[in-house]
Order: sequence, then structure tokens, then C-alpha cells
Amino acid sequence: MCLAIPGRISELHEHLGVPMAKVNFGGITREACLSYVPEAQIGDYVLVHVGFAISKVDEEEADRTYQYLSEMDQLSELQDGEEEEPGHEVP
Amino acid sequence: MKYLDEYRDQTVAQKLVDEIKRTVTQPWVLMEVCGGQTHSIVKYGLDCLLPERIELVHGPGCPVCVTSLEMIDRAHAIARMPDVIFCSFGDMLRVPGSNGDLFKIKSEGGNIRVVYSPLDCLKIARANPGKRVVFFAIGFETTAPANAMSVWQAREQRVTNFSVLVSHVLVPPAMTGILDSPHNRVQAFLGPGHVCAISGWTEYEPIVSRYSVPIVITGFEPIDILQGVLMCVRQLEQGRAELENAYSRCVQREGNASAQGMIARVFCVCDRAWRGLGVIPRSGYSLTEDFRDFDAERIFDVGNVHAVEPSICMSGEILQGLKKPLDCPAFGKQCSPESPLGATMVSAEGACAAYYNYGRHLVSLEALSPKG
Repeated sequence: MCLAIPGRISELHEHLGVPMAKVNFGGITREACLSYVPEAQIGDYVLVHVGFAISKVDEEEADRTYQYLSEMDQLSELQDGEEEEPGHEVP
Repeated sequence: MKYLDEYRDQTVAQKLVDEIKRTVTQPWVLMEVCGGQTHSIVKYGLDCLLPERIELVHGPGCPVCVTSLEMIDRAHAIARMPDVIFCSFGDMLRVPGSNGDLFKIKSEGGNIRVVYSPLDCLKIARANPGKRVVFFAIGFETTAPANAMSVWQAREQRVTNFSVLVSHVLVPPAMTGILDSPHNRVQAFLGPGHVCAISGWTEYEPIVSRYSVPIVITGFEPIDILQGVLMCVRQLEQGRAELENAYSRCVQREGNASAQGMIARVFCVCDRAWRGLGVIPRSGYSLTEDFRDFDAERIFDVGNVHAVEPSICMSGEILQGLKKPLDCPAFGKQCSPESPLGATMVSAEGACAAYYNYGRHLVSLEALSPKG
């Protein structure tokens, strides 16, 4: 129910005084209300829930986190300097 | 799709699982709060990837599940009225009341519409001036700004044939209810990422300090969830209890101020009955006096509709993390998604429905483990 999907704004317009956008989700375009993310511009990624943008995706933060996660095993090996402990084995 | 596919990457997921295994030295019980997270965990089998010492229990964060049977019966009573167009999110259609579901009402001639956005209801209301259009406004903090906007815009645009049946619920009171229980097992929470996109996490900081419980705001994709688990386990192993954010691409501490502003204009905090959990004080939203003309409960006078739950159902204990779906003797027998007995089976995001839909009752956890 709290499903929210990131999509890219392709167009901005107004409907009855309400700021709206066309948002592209991997090829599918849907309308979203921009009232709660009024600063969002064409090309920005927004998180959309029941037809409302609820948050702008922080692209720098996303890249930084992903980079960190991708390199995590190297980092942890550097930190530990130890052999990996055997994980839980299901009999 | 960008910001989805990379968070399902198997290689990164494995690195996180390995790091969790390196970190954990003793048993811990973690609760994911949100039904969307439960659904992801069971769908991707994330619980089977984790070391045996980490147990995930499934929280109360599925708003369809926790909408009281009484409220569903009230919705159905309104939906059966001849001059009503009853609008709902799709998830609610199959949820049975005491006498069938919205599909049954539709098959009997009821005018039921599924809406993608609450604003769609206003279009329907303008196009049908002779009908009374009612929207079943359910959801957590995530959905409240959208539902509030439909009411606000109805007043702005003078759409007088529109009203809302409000059954909104709030996450923090449910979490403190779980922690206050003398039987509580939860030692850390994966916090609800999309709820916090709206509310931020300032309301969660007092919970962290009062109960010394780690809360890590967590997203919904497999890598988000594994990252949340790792951050919780690190805190627990190091004896820390802090509020951390594993979903920083979408959530900031203060949340979304303009969405919070709209909620405050349209809704006020009220006591709310949760299916499976009973009444939790100050755990829901209702319309403020300013918007009483849009309150379907007043307009249609359905306050006298009452309902009784089947006694065999243990969804209340499941929603508090005290039991798991497979502990229930009715699971997969008297109770299934086709004929659910209680909260956790009525929606795909409920823990019981997720276990059922992904066949957890048909195979052992060992068989699902990559090493099994």
C-alpha cells in the first residue's frame, strides 16, 4: 500500500491550478501531482505514491550509497584484516 | 528502471549478506514495520539468506490489513446505496466484510470504481453531479497527503457531491504499543521508508531513546532491506540504540514540510481501532471540524454498523511479532487469501498472505536457503 515508485519527470503543467507532471516509469508515463515537491524540474527523479510525488530522489546520495555498497566487501576486508568467518550453514 | 534495478543486484545483495554474517555473534529479533517490506522479504526470500540467528518478525504496517472489519462493513453499507459511486484503491476490493466484498457489491449492481489517485474521485464527482461520490480514504502517513489534497481540492473547486470515509492510521503509536507489551520480542526496527519520506524521523527519535531500541529507516528493494538489517545488527552488536537512515536517497530528517502542512489543515489525530490490535489511542487521522461536510461517516450515518471478528485468527499476535504465520493452525486451511479470517491474510502485503502467495507453507525454510 505504501508502494512508491521512482520515475523521471518529462513534462510540467497545471490542472485547475494544481501543479502536475508527466512522469516516466521505465517507458510507462503517468500523471503525478507535484504540489508536495514543487521544486522538481523536468529530468528530475521523483518518488510517486498514489499519483503524488512525495519526495525528490537525491541522485548524488543514491550514487554515493550505491558506490559504498558495491565496494563494501573490499572496505570490510581492509577494516578487518581477518579471514571471513564461516556463515551459517543450513544442514 | 533507474533507482529500482540496481537495488535488486544479486552481487551487492550477496556482499551485504556476507557482511551481516561477519557481524552477527548472537540471536537478534528485528521487525520490519511496513507491509511493503514484508512483501519484498518474502518475495525475494531475504529471510532465508540471513544467518539463522537473525529473526525477522513482521509488523503492523499494512493499512488494508489493519482497517477494522467494522470500518469495512461501514464502507460496504455506503457502497450498497443506490445513488453512490464508491471509489477505492484496488487493494481494498477483495477484502471481505461481514457480508462479502466490494466485488460482490459491484456484481449486485453497486457502482464501485477503482482509482489510481484520490484526485481521480474529483473527476468522477464532476462528471456525475447526480451521484454522491465517496472515497475510502485509508493508509498510513504516506497516503495521508494525497487523500488530504482530494478533500482540500473538493472544497476549493466546490465539488459538493464528494466525501471521504476516513480510516487513516499512524505508525509511531503502533510501534510504541508493540514495545510496551510485556511479551515484546522486538529488539530493533526497520523503519518505514515511505512513511518517513512524508513525516521525517523526528517522531521516532524519542522512541529510540525511551526504549533503547535501534530504528533504521529502510527502503523497499532487496538491497535497501539488507542494508537496513546490517545497520540494525551493527547497532545491536555494538550495544548502540540510534536512529539511522538507510534510505537517504528518498528520506530526510524533517520529511516533507508541505505535505505535513496539508495533513495538518485537513486531518486531526484521533483514537483508531486497528484490526487485530484493537483501539490504539491517538493512532489515526480523522477530518477536522472545518471539513466535516466531507465526512462520509456523518453524511451516511453508518456509525451504528458493528462487526465481530472470528476468534480462531491470531493476526493480532502476528502483527506484534509474537507469532509467525506458520504458527497458526488455520493458516492455509480455514484461512487463505480467497477466504481470509483476519488482518494479515486480507491483503497481499499482510504477512500471512505473503507467506501463502509465495508458497512458504509448501516448502521448508531449509529448502529455500541457497545452501539447502
